[in-house]
Amino acid sequence: MYRYDELDQRLVGERVAQFRDQTRRFLAGQLSEDEFRSLRLRNGLYLQRFAPMLRVAVPYGLLSAPQLRMLGHIARTYDKGYGHVTTRQNIQFNWPKLEQVPDILADLATVQMHAIQTSGNCIRNITADHLAGVAADELLDPRPYCELTRQWATFHPEFNWLPRKFKIAFSSSTLDRSATKVHDIGVHLVRNAAGELGYTIYVGGGLGRMPMIAHQVRAFLPELDLISYLEAILRVYNRHGRRDNIHRARVKVLVKSLGAAKFTEQVEAEWAQLKDSDLRLQPQDIENIRARFDRHSYLEAAAADDGSYVAHLAADARFAAWAKRNLRVHRQPGYAAVFVSLKASGIAPGDVTHQQFDAVADLAERYSFGEVRATHDQNLVLAEVAKKDIYAVWRRLSELNLATPNIGLLTDLICCPGLDFCSLANAGSIGVAQDIFDRFEDLDYQHDIGELKIKMSGCMNGCGHHSVGHIGILGVDKHGEEWYQVTLGGSAENDATLGDRTGPSIARADIAGAVEKLIEVYLEQREDADESFLATYRRVGMAPFKQRLYGGAEALAEDEAAA
Amino acid sequence: MSAPDAGGVILDRRIVANEWLNLADDATLPAAGKVIVSLKRFRAERAGLDASGLAVGVRIPNTEDVSALTLELSSQPLLAVEIPKFADGRAYSQARVLRERCAYRGEIRAQGEVLRDQLLHMSRCGINAFELRADQDAQDCLRAFSDHSLVYQQAADGAETVWQMRRRQAAAAR
Repeated sequence: MYRYDELDQRLVGERVAQFRDQTRRFLAGQLSEDEFRSLRLRNGLYLQRFAPMLRVAVPYGLLSAPQLRMLGHIARTYDKGYGHVTTRQNIQFNWPKLEQVPDILADLATVQMHAIQTSGNCIRNITADHLAGVAADELLDPRPYCELTRQWATFHPEFNWLPRKFKIAFSSSTLDRSATKVHDIGVHLVRNAAGELGYTIYVGGGLGRMPMIAHQVRAFLPELDLISYLEAILRVYNRHGRRDNIHRARVKVLVKSLGAAKFTEQVEAEWAQLKDSDLRLQPQDIENIRARFDRHSYLEAAAADDGSYVAHLAADARFAAWAKRNLRVHRQPGYAAVFVSLKASGIAPGDVTHQQFDAVADLAERYSFGEVRATHDQNLVLAEVAKKDIYAVWRRLSELNLATPNIGLLTDLICCPGLDFCSLANAGSIGVAQDIFDRFEDLDYQHDIGELKIKMSGCMNGCGHHSVGHIGILGVDKHGEEWYQVTLGGSAENDATLGDRTGPSIARADIAGAVEKLIEVYLEQREDADESFLATYRRVGMAPFKQRLYGGAEALAEDEAAA
Repeated sequence: MSAPDAGGVILDRRIVANEWLNLADDATLPAAGKVIVSLKRFRAERAGLDASGLAVGVRIPNTEDVSALTLELSSQPLLAVEIPKFADGRAYSQARVLRERCAYRGEIRAQGEVLRDQLLHMSRCGINAFELRADQDAQDCLRAFSDHSLVYQQAADGAETVWQMRRRQAAAAR
């Protein structure tokens, strides 16, 4: 956990007071709707379909046990008893009252939390690998660099009124688990040939109605130049990003219209002016931050893994099935990362009740150094559990309905709140998620299908990342009815690609059936059980899937034309 | 932008009378005083303006690359930057470049939708004069400058940053 110093804490406290005053002036009629809207969005507050929605920042997805308990308290006190993990590792509440939001923020500040810049056209929450610090394939822990970036971005005076929102993600591992190439900036920690630490910088990725994969603008940026380089990118964007059309305002459009080479040239020219300024980091700036992260004292391997774990695997088939899906390797011998599945049947993906917040906090305190991570796939992770404790953790998670053994499988799908909550949505997504759940409830079948990422958004804004789903589902409105476009072959990992559309959109009643057909084709076409859906699609192409979905009867030309 | 609004003017965190006349491109020059003209007019009538005895400020379009204007404008006592809508942040970058790169020391004045809740960040970027939108309460606006007492990032105001404070604390502890 990063622990605030007195300065961090004072800034958050001042933000609460500032927002309380802004809310007061709005309620007193001194601030217009439009002006207050921009101010409240910069504090994560939306006015939604039924009620305001408050998005709480979870920097790089890391939460402490006291923070989880506070989220439980907020869910209980100000909301309808639950919160929701978002696709950018934040937590949303869907029912707070506007007048109470300053009090919620004051409560959050007591546990070093806030809602700063979780919305609005500014630099948003910095995200990172949910296995940061524990992954076996990691170069080094990216979170101190994320925290530095968070601080730099917090109340940045020049970049609070950008053309559009701006998202930065970090990765430091062989496998990109933070979807960096669909972010405005993706930062990869790397070492160059001389062994020096630095970053590879990608710019211009994004989802939404014009999905794009980011371009590499710099192969190697030295470690101390991170902030000056980010500032150069943001300045070029702030000056030249389009402001005349909200749908053309993201940095990806600027990169595309200038061309990656020209954009890079502009950034480098700006950076040449900045790199030797006060923006250049000093080694101790990084050390100061790193020193404020808790260090965990691990047990010796033999003490962490006393043999009971393997014995339980042998004795309890349900435990073994769960362990196979919901554990990941920890680089410390004798430990594992335990995924807490928020994808149980009958639950909107990513929802957490106040009792679950509290109970997971207890588990974290008892078994995982008091920390939990939120993932962009909308699950939680107890990332540092000794193997001797895993069985006890599983039993408790099972009681809490948090042990569905489906991590990475078909029903571990991600989706936005959709028409049920969001005023932007064209179509529901939670109901479709449930239909898919019902159809594939048989876990053995899911295991046979293997690794599969279904991602679903209720509108073009793409909060559910449908463009990079192995199967992507996008809700569209057709004459007041909910229809769904399907894409295949997307990925947000190292091989980031955007999915290809199958063809005409599919009616609400048929969408779960369509997914089933796609799975049938995959199972028929795959070379063996090790060939994933994505690999199979890339090998055989769209034709057999399309044939099965539409049966050759592609006479729905008007739909194609309309799209 | 035409005649000044009825709104107040804040200069260096004090409420002041507006001494500057915003001049349209086709308006005749007054006999004396202080005027703000567009960059376009300034370029077209530079010699006449220099000889007029007027104090001449220049209004810079927010699409302009100000680093290229340094030589041309460095001796003018005032540069005005445009906030056509409060959500348009381009002038913030211009102001920082004028202060930090071009070392411009005159008055940088924000015009347009200049509102209370944006003043602190504008001032951090080097804007030191604010023509407030007519509905703004100038007295209340002064309070905006103390919304935050700390800053994380270096900008044109030269405020000591949190990171610099930490360096200082670490050095003192050694």
